[in-house]
Amino acid sequence: MKKKVWIYAVLALSLILSACSQSSSGQPDEKKNSGKLEIFSWWTGAGEEDGLKALIKLFEEKNPDIPIENAAVAGGAGTNAKAVLASRMQGNDPPATFQVHGGSELNDGWVAAGKMEPLNDLYDKEGWNDKFPKQLIDMVSKDGKIYSVPVDIHRGNVLWYNKKIFADNNLQAPKTFDEFFKVADQLKKKGITPLALGDKEPWTATMIYENILLGTLGNEDYQKLWKGEMKFDDPKVKKAAETFKKMLSYINSDHSSRNWQDASQMVAKGDAAMNIMGDWAKGYFVNDLKLKVNEDFGWVPTPGTDNQFMIITDTFGLPKGVRNAKDVKQFLSVLGSVDGQDAFNPLKGSIPARTDADVSKYDEYGKQTIKEFKAAKLAASLAHGSAAPEGFVTKANQAVNIFVTQKNVNQLIDSFKQASSELKK
Amino acid sequence: MAVRSVYRSLLYALLIILSLFYLMPVYVMLITSLKPLDQITLSQMWELPHSLDFSSYQQAFERLSPNFMNSIYLVVPATLLSALLGSLNGYVLSKWKFKGADWIFTAILFGMFIPYQSILIPLIQFLREVGLYNTIPGLIFVHVVYGIPITTLMFRNFYASIPEEMIESAKIDGAGIFKIYQHIIVPLSITGFVVVGIWQFTNIWNEFLFAVTITTSSQQPIMVALQNLSGSQIVQWNVQMAGALLAALPTLLVYIFLGKFFVKGLLAGSVKG
Amino acid sequence: MEPKILPSLQSGSSLAVSAKKRKRRNADQLMSIVFILPSILAIGVFVYGFIAWSGYVSLTNWNSLVPDLSFAGFKNYLFLFKDFRFQADLRNTLFFTVFFIIAVLVMGLMLAVFLDQKIRGEGLFRNIFFFPMALSFVVTGVIWQWLLNPATGVNLYLKKLGLDSLWYTSVKIIPGVEWGKIQFGVPVAVIAVVIAAAWQMTGFSVAMYLAGLRAIPEEIREAARMDGASELQIYRKIIFPIVAPITVSVIIIMAHISLKIFDLIYAMTGPGANFVTDVPGVYMFETTFRGNYYANGAAISIIMLVTVAVFIVPYLISSRKGES
Repeated sequence: MKKKVWIYAVLALSLILSACSQSSSGQPDEKKNSGKLEIFSWWTGAGEEDGLKALIKLFEEKNPDIPIENAAVAGGAGTNAKAVLASRMQGNDPPATFQVHGGSELNDGWVAAGKMEPLNDLYDKEGWNDKFPKQLIDMVSKDGKIYSVPVDIHRGNVLWYNKKIFADNNLQAPKTFDEFFKVADQLKKKGITPLALGDKEPWTATMIYENILLGTLGNEDYQKLWKGEMKFDDPKVKKAAETFKKMLSYINSDHSSRNWQDASQMVAKGDAAMNIMGDWAKGYFVNDLKLKVNEDFGWVPTPGTDNQFMIITDTFGLPKGVRNAKDVKQFLSVLGSVDGQDAFNPLKGSIPARTDADVSKYDEYGKQTIKEFKAAKLAASLAHGSAAPEGFVTKANQAVNIFVTQKNVNQLIDSFKQASSELKK
Repeated sequence: MAVRSVYRSLLYALLIILSLFYLMPVYVMLITSLKPLDQITLSQMWELPHSLDFSSYQQAFERLSPNFMNSIYLVVPATLLSALLGSLNGYVLSKWKFKGADWIFTAILFGMFIPYQSILIPLIQFLREVGLYNTIPGLIFVHVVYGIPITTLMFRNFYASIPEEMIESAKIDGAGIFKIYQHIIVPLSITGFVVVGIWQFTNIWNEFLFAVTITTSSQQPIMVALQNLSGSQIVQWNVQMAGALLAALPTLLVYIFLGKFFVKGLLAGSVKG
Repeated sequence: MEPKILPSLQSGSSLAVSAKKRKRRNADQLMSIVFILPSILAIGVFVYGFIAWSGYVSLTNWNSLVPDLSFAGFKNYLFLFKDFRFQADLRNTLFFTVFFIIAVLVMGLMLAVFLDQKIRGEGLFRNIFFFPMALSFVVTGVIWQWLLNPATGVNLYLKKLGLDSLWYTSVKIIPGVEWGKIQFGVPVAVIAVVIAAAWQMTGFSVAMYLAGLRAIPEEIREAARMDGASELQIYRKIIFPIVAPITVSVIIIMAHISLKIFDLIYAMTGPGANFVTDVPGVYMFETTFRGNYYANGAAISIIMLVTVAVFIVPYLISSRKGES
């Protein structure tokens, strides 16, 4: 008899617990009903999270009656968040607004799938059409309709270097490929790893290749490549692959066990001289490693890309079918305002997407980059999904991952050619 | 005799060396999790910490505790429900065999060996359809369904050892299928419930593929959160090791206190039992 | 639908059973089917039905965010077999499975035999070899990722001996003959994963072998000893043949684990440089849920299912026959 009582007790407990879990999982529904504005992003790292919080705080000051929910998803430099987003959008449960890279990721992804509302009226109302660079607005538009609001700009074509190593060896930061290889050879002779790479996640290596492509092809041909107007077996593309191959002979041997932070750390600690990475690396140097801008580390555009700007821009749009569209637009107007951009970007370590932001709020790197951004020609990043659809990017990353080991130029070109059949769709 | 004692000491030496190999990861996990981040340099990796520092546990706990609770909400109902279902199935398939029961049993068993990837895409579509996608009840449902084969197998093997005569004489006394289950089977299957319960508890707690594909962010069980710890910013090894230990603690405790039953379940899971 | 009555009872008691009771029994037999019906339906739909649906998806064009269920023939399979990454996956899975099973069998049998020598503190030793099984593959992956990281872990000691290795970051394939698009051979990086996996799973084979050894009556050994057989001969001639069927079970169980492995590799190494540690489970996950190639992912999962079924179906059928 005793045993039976025990079994019933356990059963009762299980029912109670499943009821508990029911109620705890009921929360997402409550969220929808209470009209909380869900801001979806993958900003959970040191500076970026602070930036997002500052932005939310600014919004709440201006709109105290609209509650905000920070729905950031950690892990995998955004890949986790993108997967979450994809499943929510497919399930017709879009967040109020979400982080998306301008360019192909937005236009060939969510806009093409018919999941986004155009924002032209918001741009007109806020008078933004001449506040963001035209090339940038083009990146978030399709067929004349604007679909998102850029909040920040990151530069992808930056070569970071350890100032002390360069000074000790009397070296100048390289501006061309020839200079790069000359410097690299000298460093190698001294027993210093010339280029740090951490391609545990292969997009880091893809970034090197896209920067070489930009430096070799020039802006116009680089653009043509993604429009399908230039073939992937063009001799210039091949030449870029050859350069990539040569560059890979200067990297650290344990590159595949490192992520991008580990690679940046090598430059910070003086274990390696240079590193090619987007300028979020500056945030990592300054926030996490407590280095000083232009003292401990320096930067130049990657070889051959002076006056060019490999752009990665985080933007937010309005998904179709959200209940609180008006509130979302309210948020977007704060996000696109000078105040909003200047609250967010100095903390995140990026530069504002608007051209009329307050330069004095940015550090030395920011000031210089804001200046260069205004004058530079923009190029969309492949590694970050701005130049080509997600499917192509996945294939490109695979091809590059193989190339880093195999160093087979023809194989790389073939894989890109094969994947490019998807670009025309 | 001298040969024998040399042989014995050699045996012990070997066993001790192998034990050290098996314990090595635990040692590293423990000492690393007790060091502050600045003490984790490569050269000191194997050294004991200078002083005990529990801050990494605090950090790991802060970041993992919601997911830890998710796992609890998931594991307890899922384990109990699937044990109950398995017990019913095992009862029928061992004591009320009908024509073709053995083939149905084999067909059910196949379900425990399939790579779950092969049902994952329809499963996600289905869960989305019924509104259980990205919910703990959804995960509970999944674990109960795909737990049917193993729990049925374990209970069927377990009930096979209950003598047929007992059931028969109860039938002659006029007891029906419910009464026999309630008065004979259930009281005799306490061990069975413990073994199956521990087995399901361990498996569901440790499961990763369903967890990572069916739930997102705030609904995720602990194993996914642990894996995500390494995904962002600098890898803080001390926090990660502390997190790994926290995540492993419930199943380790179960093993330490109820290891005998755990091993029983393990052997029962190999079909022939 | 007739209840199965044991022959011994048939003669005496069934006569005594009244018609009413027999009717009752038929009702109960019907009830038993009602009991089990939900489970049968669930398995029918969620295992067999969903496999069929996955199979169908693998034959469609659904390779983007938006479901596209138009029929595509075997396009996705053809793509996979020509794909560098998938070829590498097949190679890696083959060698991972072989080495993993060998490691688990050898270590398992060795430890079981050791523990069977009337060891003092046997319970403690047993617990030490068993406990990793209570851990998650994710936890194992996290720990061994650090232990076998070329810059840390065991290499700190091995370096002093000049034996340090690149472990899972090595891109070497031995011997690396050209085969299809890939180099065929043993990927060195896989060894590191085998060590971690074997660390976790040896306990299973130890438990199985130990149970087998313990089931052998002491009298048989005694009798052999009386006949003048040495301990070694006893093992070779008597004990190993008895535990041989256990080996088959262990191989089947381990093979199905290693053929569908995902979490350990995902947590420990990821696909690796040049895909030296990639496996179909990881590829399926990434291509489906990160790259939105649903049809390709479904095709991978069906291939995984077939490889597992090759081992499991004969095993299930034979153990079915063995029972009846």
